[in-house]
Amino acid sequence: MNTDAIKELLYKMGDDAFILGHRNSEWTGIAPTLEEDISFSSVAQDQIGHALAVYTILHETLGEPTPDFIGFTRNESDFRCSHLVELPNGEYDFSLIRHFLFDHAEMLRYRALTQSTYTPLAQLAGKIIGELKYHILHANTWVRQLGNATEEAKARLQSSLNELMPYALGMFEPGPNEQALIEDGVFIGEEALKAQWLQSIEAVIRQTQLKLPDITTLTPVYGGRYGYHTEYLQPLLYEMTEVFRIDESAEW
Amino acid sequence: MYGGGYIYDPESKNQATIVEDPEMLAAFEAKIDRGEKIEPTDWMPYEYRRQLIRMIEQHAHSEIIGALPEGTWITRAPGFKRKMALIAKVQDEIGHGQLLYAAAETLGKSREQMLNDLMSGKSKYSNVFNYPAKTWADVTVIGFLIDAGAIINQLANSKGSYAPYCRALKRICAEESFHLKQGYEGFVYLATGTPTQRTMLQDAVNRWWPPIMHFFGPADKVSVHTEKLMRWQVKMDTNDNMRNEFLEQYVPKIWELGITIPDPKLRKNLETGRWEYTEPDWDEFFRVINGNGPCNKERLDVRRWVEESGRWVRQALYKPNEMYKMPLA
Ligand SMILES: [Fe+2]
Ligand SMILES: [Fe+2]
Ligand SMILES: [Fe+2]
Repeated sequence: MNTDAIKELLYKMGDDAFILGHRNSEWTGIAPTLEEDISFSSVAQDQIGHALAVYTILHETLGEPTPDFIGFTRNESDFRCSHLVELPNGEYDFSLIRHFLFDHAEMLRYRALTQSTYTPLAQLAGKIIGELKYHILHANTWVRQLGNATEEAKARLQSSLNELMPYALGMFEPGPNEQALIEDGVFIGEEALKAQWLQSIEAVIRQTQLKLPDITTLTPVYGGRYGYHTEYLQPLLYEMTEVFRIDESAEW
Repeated sequence: MYGGGYIYDPESKNQATIVEDPEMLAAFEAKIDRGEKIEPTDWMPYEYRRQLIRMIEQHAHSEIIGALPEGTWITRAPGFKRKMALIAKVQDEIGHGQLLYAAAETLGKSREQMLNDLMSGKSKYSNVFNYPAKTWADVTVIGFLIDAGAIINQLANSKGSYAPYCRALKRICAEESFHLKQGYEGFVYLATGTPTQRTMLQDAVNRWWPPIMHFFGPADKVSVHTEKLMRWQVKMDTNDNMRNEFLEQYVPKIWELGITIPDPKLRKNLETGRWEYTEPDWDEFFRVINGNGPCNKERLDVRRWVEESGRWVRQALYKPNEMYKMPLA
């Protein structure tokens, strides 16, 4: 099996979950209702937990550094997250739509990975899928609810959807070893995943008064899978590692 | 996390005395004497209801405002373990707020009214949260010592007479013990870590000590009208007793780690069995409660931001034809 290809896959998955979990955790304490505050915190905890699990595979089976080292000491250009997860939270509509777009892809990605020829990942996928079902349930409920509610709610969701769609397409940027992953049966590949994802989000959007932007007219925002990032990632990492950097030899 | 033993109640001065039906009152008090709990639909004196609302509401506000100083450290927590634990902890505090608002609502005041009174400054929250969490060490001090103080207070209150509050507190106390455990662990890591870590921790303890001493409220000799509240089992222990209990349980744990406490008079009097300490600066306490602490404005500004930026969501969810249902809690 092509280890470089597997590492590439694991890094991008781990980094997406880690950075978006970090962003979602910024809502803890300040969400629009107490109930939603609690839900967003749960989603954030799950995502950071998924990152930890993926980094743990990298560490334990592929000889990469410890999860803390991977998460808290790498340079910005070593990260393989998509631009979608790097963007600041914006207002609640923006965070909700991002959560919706991301977790539908995440659910389908892990579902596909339950069939992976790479056993550690197939096993992990089996565990994680149960949590992701709740993420989807949560996101869908809110999108349906707000997407059929007041004019303001609909307008906000629609404008976030329009803004985020090119970034969401960027999640499916193929990496350098894409072909090897498909040939080895490790992963179905980003193109196949994207097709499933479109169906899946369309099915929910159809139940609302929102409109899915025509993706043939959009240019996906690429770069993340090759280490090129938005201006927002570096400050995020700087903040995230602020305490860790005080003394890297210390145990916290 | 909780609010301590001080219930802010400036209204009581302008309060006309309400004459309760003597028979009803006697029956009510007899019930409390028998150790029975009061349920939302039971008869209760006006003053009992009023004081409980104030107390539970202040407790609820303390939970959601208390989430803020620690919340700002979620994005900076060092390492996976601390990061996940801190999100979970702050999430729990928001959950405590939710439970407590529901308990207070059973007495007839809505969550919305309570949140409005929080923002207008009409109702208060625990004074400790008007101080900033400046370093990571502050997070461990809050998790260990403030949660410890909260447990002492909440355990006492959980034996009180109002059933929905007791039920909420049972669940809350279980989670607070877990916070304390986590906070203590983080505290120990710093205390036994590198010189930089120890210095951070000592500095945090020095800064947090005065607010911690304030936490349980003014000394009994200056605390007003707690007698009736204790009679009705609304207030379950005196401020000084709770403070003493806190010192008894936690000062030795701090000292044994080689961390000092910035009070040269602090010691246990072996004859009386009580702790002696320098009386905290109560002028400072009242100054901060009345809005002039280092973070009062910031805390309320954040809550106002939450209120304003989230209004469209709550409006979108609002169903004018649905009847308000009082939670059973
Ligand atoms: Fe709490
Ligand atoms: Fe707590
Ligand atoms: Fe939790």
